[in-house]
Formats: sequence, structure tokens, C-alpha cells
Amino acid sequence: MKTYDKLIFELSKPGRKGYSLPENEYKTDGLSSIPKDLLRKEVADLPEVSELDVVRHFTNLSSKNFGVDTGFYPLGSCTMKYNPKINEELSALPSFTNLHPLQSEKTVQGALELYWNLQEMLSNIAGLAEFTLNPYAGAHGELTGLMVMRQYHISRGDEKRKKVIVPNSAHGTNPASAMVAGLEVVEVKSKPNGSIDVEDLKPLLDDSVAGIMMTNPNTLGMFETEIMEIANLVHNAGGLLYYDGANLNPLLGKVRPGDMGFDIMHINLHKTFSTPHGGGGPGSGPVGVAKHLVDFLPNPRVVKNEDGSFSIKSEDQSLGNISSFLGNFGVMMKAYAYILSLGKENIKNVGPLATLNANYIKESLKDDYLLPIEGVCKHEFVFDGLKDKSTGVTTLNVAKRLLDYGFHAPTIYFPLLFHESMMIEPTETESKETLDEFIDVMHTVAKEARENPEVVKSAPLTTIVRKLDETSAAKNPILSYRSLKANAK
Amino acid sequence: MSKILEDLRYADSHEWVKLEGDIATIGITDYAQHALGSIVYVDMPEVGDEVTQGEDFGAVESVKAASDLISPVSGEVVEINEALEDEPELVNQDAFENWIMKVKVSDPSEIDNLLDAAAYAKICEE
Repeated sequence: MKTYDKLIFELSKPGRKGYSLPENEYKTDGLSSIPKDLLRKEVADLPEVSELDVVRHFTNLSSKNFGVDTGFYPLGSCTMKYNPKINEELSALPSFTNLHPLQSEKTVQGALELYWNLQEMLSNIAGLAEFTLNPYAGAHGELTGLMVMRQYHISRGDEKRKKVIVPNSAHGTNPASAMVAGLEVVEVKSKPNGSIDVEDLKPLLDDSVAGIMMTNPNTLGMFETEIMEIANLVHNAGGLLYYDGANLNPLLGKVRPGDMGFDIMHINLHKTFSTPHGGGGPGSGPVGVAKHLVDFLPNPRVVKNEDGSFSIKSEDQSLGNISSFLGNFGVMMKAYAYILSLGKENIKNVGPLATLNANYIKESLKDDYLLPIEGVCKHEFVFDGLKDKSTGVTTLNVAKRLLDYGFHAPTIYFPLLFHESMMIEPTETESKETLDEFIDVMHTVAKEARENPEVVKSAPLTTIVRKLDETSAAKNPILSYRSLKANAK
Repeated sequence: MSKILEDLRYADSHEWVKLEGDIATIGITDYAQHALGSIVYVDMPEVGDEVTQGEDFGAVESVKAASDLISPVSGEVVEINEALEDEPELVNQDAFENWIMKVKVSDPSEIDNLLDAAAYAKICEE
């Protein structure tokens, strides 16, 4: 079944069923009691298949999944680290999974304690006063954090502060979140090494600045060494500093964003704290703030009472609700399990190991791949395609060829600072043997590009579908069986 | 090597301008289309819109990235290239033939802020 690629609709045979019911002993089918205008006029176009059809279909499809559990996944800026199975085991405990969010507080003290403990741990790790765990994902966290920023300025009667400064190397979600939060985006230039150009920042800092959004290390994996000066400049201009937690992994337990002057940040539990990511998930994007912003955090909040019990509270000054109940609780359990299993001492090894792995790959491959920024990187780095540009082999070709060798491709064509970006992040959980295998394959692809470029250009050769027509896919997306049928006609 | 036409003026953000009377025809350069790869969508302004030199007037989306289009002149949009609505890939086929918009310029002297072919060629080499 290696080549299996059917849709479940294509297995459908009229009348085939996956169940059998006893004969209806009642005179009615029940439909007659429902008002006519509520009944659908056409029968739903559902696949008619047997139980075995369904089991084989989804089992075969699942064997085509590529994930961290099947192979190396160096997708830069995504921190595709291994998701320890103990996380799954603990988050599946029935005493938690059977809870209902509308239960009374005194029957869910354990869940509230977990929420409170996790926000306390994240506050310690971040060097901030308090976290809300309610946001559902990274970009949702960004939006929530920016709403806190906006609420803070409004509460001081300083409503003209609407400018959010974003580096031109930032993740696309940063300017997008600022727009959604009703703020205006102003770009600050990067220096050739990808760090913020302080001289370009200075003239932007007037009394309309709400704040600046940054990652540190930046998108090129380099630490922003001028962060303290940037923090002073922004604070003196009356703005706040927002830390995008996308690149928190290398700093975990070593450097605290709060100590660098950041006032607000979000953490991607699905990156840094080993909860499932990508096609799995769901995500979780806790938002932490410095002391002077705590009152603006979203409702509801979990508070610890003097007698040691926990309550759910809503505050008047809060920006309001941004999620139903308290967010993705199952994900919080996994992150909590991760932090507790590593412990205070081991969590400090995450960053150095991730950094070592990234630098090992970078140094091993820079003879064949163009390294635009020299120097020690943090957890990830960017190549600007193959060093030898004469072969015409592009970053896209290399990425597709990697699939033939059983590796997930790195992030490509991001950041936009280079034409042939290839962003590699191995994470701390990979062994030297795996890194060496990847390095060997990358060298092999570079050699193929020199000696037999057509092979690389026509890759992938061994996958179920060959090179996809991305232009047609973008121009004429077919996203449902209905539109597939319509398109075939 | 990307094509650069001698008689046009260029912005360092990779747009070209051809000024005839007070009408400026504007597109993206061959270098830009090559860097972007297969273009799948051109977000164009509407006729009657005001554009300003150095500010964005639309965007080009390719399979690689979405990039802002920066207007090299100021004025009023008098025509857009409607053919690009259905066939944005025309820009890949010939970026100089397939212009994006025509602008009635408010200040023809702004053209002096732009690069000539030789200066633009230098930027592309860097």
C-alpha cells in the first residue's frame, strides 16, 4: 500500500454501510416531528464505506505522515523538538480529561493548581510577574499581548500611541497581529548581521510609539547584543517591549526576557515546551507581563487564596475574555509534565545543546552552502542556498531532494533578507549520529547539484507525488471533494 | 543575468518607471520577478487612487513570498493592467512588457530621485 493515495469519497459504494441496526420497531423514523424548514433538501454527500474500508484508509494515510516520531525535522523557527511520551501519558489521566469547565471551583482544585503552578513556573523562566495561559496559539498570544499594550496606554489616557515597531526580519505574524490589534506597523531596518539597526530605530521613537516587537535571538539565530540599549531607548520614549517567544528555546533557564527589559511576551508551549506542533497540536500561547501590566491580563484568571485554595476570578481592568474558559488545558498539562521531568537543573541544558547542534551543522556544511552571517549562532541559522550558484539548483530543489533521502526539509525562502534562504534548526533532542547523517545527505545533494543537477532539479523522485505545481495550487486551490468533482467536469 | 532597459528609471525597491508627458508607466523589474519566482497574484490599486513616492501601492505574491509594491512616483492612478488579474504569470514572462499601473504624476521632478539603468544595475550586482 506504499502508493495508496485515495480519498475516502473515492472508496464510496452506494448502500455500503459500516454498521447494522436492529429493525425499527417504532412506526416513525423520527423525522416527521422536526419542522420541515429545518430538514435539509438533499441527502448529505457522505462516503458510504465499510468499517474495514475506514480502518485501512486512515491507517494507510497515517503511515505517510512525517513527524518528529519518524525522522529528523530541521524546520527553522519552529522548534520541532521531540514530544516526550510521558507528556501524553499524564495529560490522558482520566481525573483531568473527565473534568468539565463549568464544574464548581471546589471540585477542580487540582486543575486550577496545575494552571497556577505552570503560570508561576513560566513567570520564573521569563523573569516576568504573571502569565495568562488562556491564548490558544502563538499568534493568538501575540494579539493578546498587543491588546495588553494598547490597554496600558489607553488606561493612562495616552491614546495616540498606536505605532508598533517591527524589524524587517520579523516573523510575518508580528505585523499581522499588530494590524489585527488595531495598531500601526512601522518597520525598523536590520543590519547585515540581522540585528536591529539602532541608528534606524532612534528617529522612529516619538510619542506615538506603543512599543516594539522583537525576537532574541533574532530571525537569523544571532543574539541581539544591543538589547539593553534598545530597551532603554524604547522605555525612555514611553513605549513597551514585546518579546516574541518563537526563539526562546536557546535561552531557556539561562537568560530571562524580563531581565532584558521586556514588558510583555508570549511563549509557544508547542515549540519550547515540547507539546505537539504543526499538523498535530493544538497549540498554546501563554502571555506574560511585567508587574505594572498584570491588571490588564485577560479574564478569567486563576488566583491563589490565602488559605492555599484556588479560585477563578475576573478583573474589571482586564482587557476582557480572549478564549473560552481557560484555554487549551490539555496542552498545559503536557508542558507542565515537561518542565517537571526536566527539573530546574536540566532545563538549563536545553539551550546549550540546541545551540551546539545548530553550530555543528552550520560549521560542517558551510563549505558547500553559502553562510551569509559568520559567527556563533544560537539554536538556528540561515544559509543563502548552495555556495555554487552556477548549477542553477535552487533552495527549493535542495529541499525537495532531501525528501528523497528521508529528511524533512528545512524552512525555505524565509527570512526574506536573502534570496535563497534555508533556515535550519536541529533542536537539542537530536543525537550526533542523526546530525551526521543529515550533514552527509546535505553534502551528497550539493555534490549531485554539481555533477548531475537535473536529478536535483527534478526531485523528489521517490515520494508518492512528485514535484507539485505550486503556481496552479496557489491560483486555483482545490480544497474539497466537491470542488475536485466540479473541477473535473 | 537579469535584463535592464536603458531608457527607464528605477527605484531601489525594484520597480521601473517610464515617463511619457505626465503619465508614468510602472512595473517591477526583471531582477525582481526572477527573485520572486512564479508570481501567483498581483494586488493592484484602483483607478483614481492616490499613490505617493516611496509608499506601497499594492503587493506581488509568488510561491516564495508576498512583497509590497512601492510607488516610485506620486500622483493619481489612471489605468491598471487588468490582464494581470487573470494571468499574473505574465510578469514572469516579460516584466517590462507587462506593466502594473499608469500614474498621472503630480510632480515630474520626482523622477530625479530615481536611479538610471547603470546605477540600478550596480544595486542588482551587490
